[in-house]
Amino acid sequence: MGYNGRFNRNRVVVPMSEPRKAVALISGGLDSLLAARVMQEQGIHVEGINFYTGFCVEGHTHAIRKKDRDKPKRNNALWVAEQLGIKLHIVDVIEEYKDIVINPKHGYGANLNPCLDCKVFMVRKARQWIDEHGFDFIVTGEVIGQRPKSQRADTLPVVAHESGADDLLLRPLCARNLPPTRPEIEGWVDREALYDFQGRTRKPQMALARRFGFTDYAQPAGGCCFLTDRQYAVKLADLWKSRGERRYELDDIMLLKVGRHLRPRPHFKLIVGREDGENRFLQGYRKQFVHLFPVSHKGPLVLVDGQVDDDDIELAARITARFSQGRDADRVEVEVNTPNGGSRTLGVEPLAGGDVPKEWYL
Amino acid sequence: MVSVTRVQLDARRLLCPLPVIRTQERVEGMAAGDVVEVLCTDPGARHDIPAWCRVNGHQVIDIEERGDELVITVQVGEAT
Ligand code: SF4
Repeated sequence: MGYNGRFNRNRVVVPMSEPRKAVALISGGLDSLLAARVMQEQGIHVEGINFYTGFCVEGHTHAIRKKDRDKPKRNNALWVAEQLGIKLHIVDVIEEYKDIVINPKHGYGANLNPCLDCKVFMVRKARQWIDEHGFDFIVTGEVIGQRPKSQRADTLPVVAHESGADDLLLRPLCARNLPPTRPEIEGWVDREALYDFQGRTRKPQMALARRFGFTDYAQPAGGCCFLTDRQYAVKLADLWKSRGERRYELDDIMLLKVGRHLRPRPHFKLIVGREDGENRFLQGYRKQFVHLFPVSHKGPLVLVDGQVDDDDIELAARITARFSQGRDADRVEVEVNTPNGGSRTLGVEPLAGGDVPKEWYL
Repeated sequence: MVSVTRVQLDARRLLCPLPVIRTQERVEGMAAGDVVEVLCTDPGARHDIPAWCRVNGHQVIDIEERGDELVITVQVGEAT
């Protein structure tokens, strides 16, 4: 394998008076960690940049649910920055990113993940950032063939070109399989000391991680964001369909990560808290949604998303009762509240399990 | 005596990493020694804000729990 021999070669890096500066896209995964480390090894001053789209797997639900709260948690991008001893700039791109999710020029991957457009977008943002901050080039952890859609031999040039980064975009892990970039041509970095990884295998990355002494790195399965998650994509597609337009606000996409989602009728959906942490989180939305909770028994907070009439409310109350500890009782008292503070209590018979069709679950 | 600016930042109901991002935005343009008190509800901030401070050369000088809320006090470091 091509990567083996180079690990032990002693390489003299010519020191420059003022080190060249690179910004590395840090996702929190292993590849960008390694790419940044390879640059540091060549005497480059590296800082990290991480884009927060609203769909990132970082943060969120683990802080909401009790079972996840007890796990030690960390933000992987910050963890990576700490391992490398570099600064990390986390950039809020929530608003601008909407257009990428809603109208991806290159389409979606397996779910609603617009990976290629996303990569182009992030590298374009990094390109602007290096101009504003006086940095010389951009580094990513991309590897040819690593991901079926966004990291192919024919898509890597698309990212470089459409982002406007062109030859200022260096991929240290597979650079030797690509035409030389400006940092290589100008001698800011030594091309011979870069790598030629390719394909879906993770072995070269793992070997390089061992060499650098990284052990506890994150290994996300599908991708770096919720848009690659099938269940999540189903809920987002349902949200768009129910609204008759492809649009979302940050609150919408946060709520898709929380609770059970059921759509008993085309014009409304229920978000049912699954445990205390989620109920507490959903309480923050009481001023935006009609919401219900059982008062005669312990049970969930339920948000109603959509325009509802009295029959719908009755159904919502029976579903709320179904998910409460009174599910086997004859009657459950459910409080119904409107966002403007109106409140009433309904006594309802909990819906029987068999009366909640599977198709209601999103 | 140099006067120290002390500001509050309301990051309640925001989920990580948004409290970190809001802290970062607030700290930008403040002088070394200035203090930001970040009010948050996401328990993840207890780890993420200190990690962000360590990485970027700032200091967490206090973390206080007030019921369901957390107050994380950050002192701005020297720009490097
Ligand atoms: S998985 Fe998500 S964040 Fe990662 S490239 Fe694809 S769309 Fe972008």
